Amino acid sequence: MIKSIHTVLAANRGEIARRVFRTCRSLGIRTVAVFSDADAGAPFVQEADVAVRLPGSASAETYWNADAILDAAARTGADAIHPGYGFLAENAEFAEACAARGVTFIGPPPAAIRAMGQKREAKALAVKAGVPVVPGSEGAVDDAALAKAADAVGYPVLLKASAGGGGKGMRIVRAAAELPEAIAAAKRESKAAFGDDALLLEKYIERPRHVEIQIFGDAHGNVVHLFERECSIQRRYQKIVEEAPSTALSPELRAAMGDAAVRLAKAIGYVNAGTVEFVLGPAGDFHFLEVNTRLQVEHPVTECVTGLDLVREQIRVAEGHPLSFTQEQLKLDGASIEVRLYAEDPGAGHLPQTGVIHDFHLPARDGVRVDSGVEAGSDVGIHYDPMLAKIVGFGPDRESARRRLVAALRELSISGVRTNRDLLLRTLDDQAFVAGDLDTHFLERRFGVELVAPPTDGALALAALAATLRSHAERAARAPVPTVTPRFRNNPFADECTAYRVGDREVTTHHRVLRDGSLHVVVRGGADGDAQTLVVSNLEVSERDVSFEANGVRRAARVTRADDATTVLVDGVLATFDESPRFPERRVAAQEGGYAAPMPGKVTDVRVKVGQAVRQGETLLVLEAMKMEHPIKAHSDGTVEALLAPPGTQVDPGTILIVVQ
Amino acid sequence: MITASESTLKGGAVTELGVRKSQRLAEVAMENHLPSISLIESAGADLPNQSKIFVPGGQTFRDLSRSSKARRPTVCVVFGSSTAGGAYIPGMSDYAIFVKDQAEVYLAGPPLVKMATGEVADNEALGGAEMHSRVSGVSDYLAEDERDGIRLAREVIAHLHREKHVPVRGAVEPPRYDADELLGVASNDVRVPFDPREVLARVVDGSRFSEFKPLYGTTLVCGWAHIHGYPVGILANHGILFSEAANKGAQFIQLCNQTDTPLVFLQNITGFMVGTKYEQEGIIKNGAKLINAVSNSTVPAITIMTGASYGAGNYAMCGRAYGPRFLFSWPSHRIAVMGGKQLAGVLDIIQRESADKRGEAVDEERLGVMKQMVEGQIDLESNAFFATARLWDDGIIDPRDTRDVLGLSLSAVYNAPVTGTTSWGVFRH
Repeated sequence: MIKSIHTVLAANRGEIARRVFRTCRSLGIRTVAVFSDADAGAPFVQEADVAVRLPGSASAETYWNADAILDAAARTGADAIHPGYGFLAENAEFAEACAARGVTFIGPPPAAIRAMGQKREAKALAVKAGVPVVPGSEGAVDDAALAKAADAVGYPVLLKASAGGGGKGMRIVRAAAELPEAIAAAKRESKAAFGDDALLLEKYIERPRHVEIQIFGDAHGNVVHLFERECSIQRRYQKIVEEAPSTALSPELRAAMGDAAVRLAKAIGYVNAGTVEFVLGPAGDFHFLEVNTRLQVEHPVTECVTGLDLVREQIRVAEGHPLSFTQEQLKLDGASIEVRLYAEDPGAGHLPQTGVIHDFHLPARDGVRVDSGVEAGSDVGIHYDPMLAKIVGFGPDRESARRRLVAALRELSISGVRTNRDLLLRTLDDQAFVAGDLDTHFLERRFGVELVAPPTDGALALAALAATLRSHAERAARAPVPTVTPRFRNNPFADECTAYRVGDREVTTHHRVLRDGSLHVVVRGGADGDAQTLVVSNLEVSERDVSFEANGVRRAARVTRADDATTVLVDGVLATFDESPRFPERRVAAQEGGYAAPMPGKVTDVRVKVGQAVRQGETLLVLEAMKMEHPIKAHSDGTVEALLAPPGTQVDPGTILIVVQ
Repeated sequence: MITASESTLKGGAVTELGVRKSQRLAEVAMENHLPSISLIESAGADLPNQSKIFVPGGQTFRDLSRSSKARRPTVCVVFGSSTAGGAYIPGMSDYAIFVKDQAEVYLAGPPLVKMATGEVADNEALGGAEMHSRVSGVSDYLAEDERDGIRLAREVIAHLHREKHVPVRGAVEPPRYDADELLGVASNDVRVPFDPREVLARVVDGSRFSEFKPLYGTTLVCGWAHIHGYPVGILANHGILFSEAANKGAQFIQLCNQTDTPLVFLQNITGFMVGTKYEQEGIIKNGAKLINAVSNSTVPAITIMTGASYGAGNYAMCGRAYGPRFLFSWPSHRIAVMGGKQLAGVLDIIQRESADKRGEAVDEERLGVMKQMVEGQIDLESNAFFATARLWDDGIIDPRDTRDVLGLSLSAVYNAPVTGTTSWGVFRH
């Protein structure tokens, strides 16, 4: 029976909500977004036909709030919900609740979600379906059984949270002596992350590759596979680079893994899109890991090599249509590589970064697909996953896809938050990557602990030059007589100087305008403090884009300035400087010796205690004078050191009332 | 108008020329209705020379006060010690900003206080920035440091919300001729003339010059043009002034006053023509008409000294005494009542006539030395650097900068209303 969908609610946010809406629009389906307070201004909200606010910002109150989402569907007449990935995508209860309300859940049946949700049960089902698994413990096991299983499969072994994913609770154990401590730690993490400390143990495969098979089933019993994706390059067990096809698969191995995945899917009555994840050993041995019962983040990689729209196929299958293709009709065409752009600092343990994105600029190019959740002006908060965008390069072969992707990343200008852009570029340009020599320890193996190299002195000098040229043009445009030589001096005794800092490195530029309108710029900086003298002509500035000719070399740069930070993209290098403001804003200095009474009066209320931590702006005490209350507020964060005027004290102006350190 | 005391010279003490320079700057601010910002660190009057400063120097404070009355805001940033006279500058300014731990402002410092009253005074308590900001109220803003002082001054200026009324300007075309060539046009010898149109072609917008009466009184080139989009009426010498040229100039100035058009004078003048024919033609009354027009014109005038400036020609072409809003000189400029050679020649004739009367022989050697001395002295005192050191101009400029200097000057003059007059003195016809 076909049940036509006319309105889809995306129970998600960011790039995946936009992705779902894009297909819905092409199919003429009405779109509904749900959004948290923090996402009120996000692009996916603007792009939906209707958007419903889910009050609050925490995930639990909003995108994980099944009742609120179902209510939003009812209020907007949505007859289907696409869960995207994460949040409620693999929540069987939610899928059931949708069905109970007569709303089509665009995803697999609740039973399949439930069956694959528990790793041990999933593994048992795989074994039953004749799919190879990593040898290890089976079923819930206690510490002693875990130790016994470890001895049976041989070290090294891997401990995992039974309920988990995303690398939480995972531990590699290389010797029996390390096992008890590792079990304890893994249990703690698992309990904290999933509320369940059940663990499982398996043989640890050295230099493993992560290869997954995209499967698709319909309600008529058809299941096909859409080939593989290799996602070996990961940081903290999170994928950052994905590609199809994998360089490790022969046609025979591809067919064998595809058959295994389809077998398992059929065994559990799988419908809609799913992914069977395998670990691939160096000898071509593959072992089942888990099934993701949803559309994957990295699905564009498959779309680029099959020419399919997976979301469209998901909707059709959810409507009850049979698959629009057979296994035989599916062809691998070309190659594609995806990178995930994260707001995180690879130089500081991949710490998520927050802030306002002042610039997000990536020109459209052939063979490049961008699925982005953000745009210039977006606010990256603390509440959700810090992935900003997925950028995919595709072409007739892997090398052309790689080169297109590298070129795209080199053109990407992003400012306001730190990202892993440089790490992605370094990965794509690495010899081992070019050769297809991958494994899940790629980053540590190739780059060690220093994942990103700081920009070279030459690159910084060029970036500083571009930044100075943009400010020069801006100031020149504000001149009272715009056509007078910019920054005209009849007595040019000193050049204009600007200082730029990156960490503890400083670059300075000194510039002046020459009579023919060109600029004379001296750039100093870097370790050796070498000075470079440049004559710049043909300067053109339009908004953020700056182009110029320096000593005969024409260059284009993009310069974004916000909050005293300047981000420059030039020749593929993205550098962010702290620009020393010419006239720094004054900060209120803490009063030496404490807070004095501003006028004569009586202390009526003391709101803090000695030793208490206070925040800037917090009221410390209240002074009453001339019938009015005057709150004395903290200028800065600190700790109360002494209270010198208890309530009721009459004070003269200048009397120290309280000391905060 | 920004002025700053040079505290590395005599502690920023005001000298005799300093008084005159600051009075000229006050005049520029007044005529062009400019707010003024003074950056002060001054020991006050240069005491050993107090007799040359004390009496005229009083005008500085009167100017500040009158500036405030005329709603031309005055902002003062005190960077260091500003004693006595220096103390009145923040005292008389509309806005006073004192730099913490640096500004010291008092009528009398601790030594003079001790002399006067016997009080042993503490520097900070007597005139520190904190004291003046918290206790006396002489300071309106306490700056954390010098940069912060400048930032505060910018903040003050930003909230003045002054509006400037400038004429509507279209797209500005640069001159079609290269300004670098002005170095070849300018003449280092007043006897070698140059056509002022060669200068205008390298100064005015699009090298477009609409010449007035091009066939009449050809030694004074008059006409209209735009400079950085500002309309101007230009008077430029092309040789000696004859009667026709003087009459043409007077008429042209009247026309510019009718249309509220600012004037630009390019001086390169060795004087009015002399001789029986010219006296009989009335060169005096005709020259007087030009001087009358220059004197009573009310549109702003800007004068550029491009070469010679001798005799009454200096006056007729809006020399310093005729109150141009700005006056700048090229380095090749020469200025005097007459040229050294001419003066020496006159001396020669007079000496010979006098010897003749007395029936004595001329002492050729003595006369030669005398002529040489006079010529040398006049030449020395005629050069542009001698002139600029005496405030006869507002500065020497690179001839190639003439266009930009005029553009900025015109921008400045439009801070005040630009209005011509119809009332003139008596013209003798």
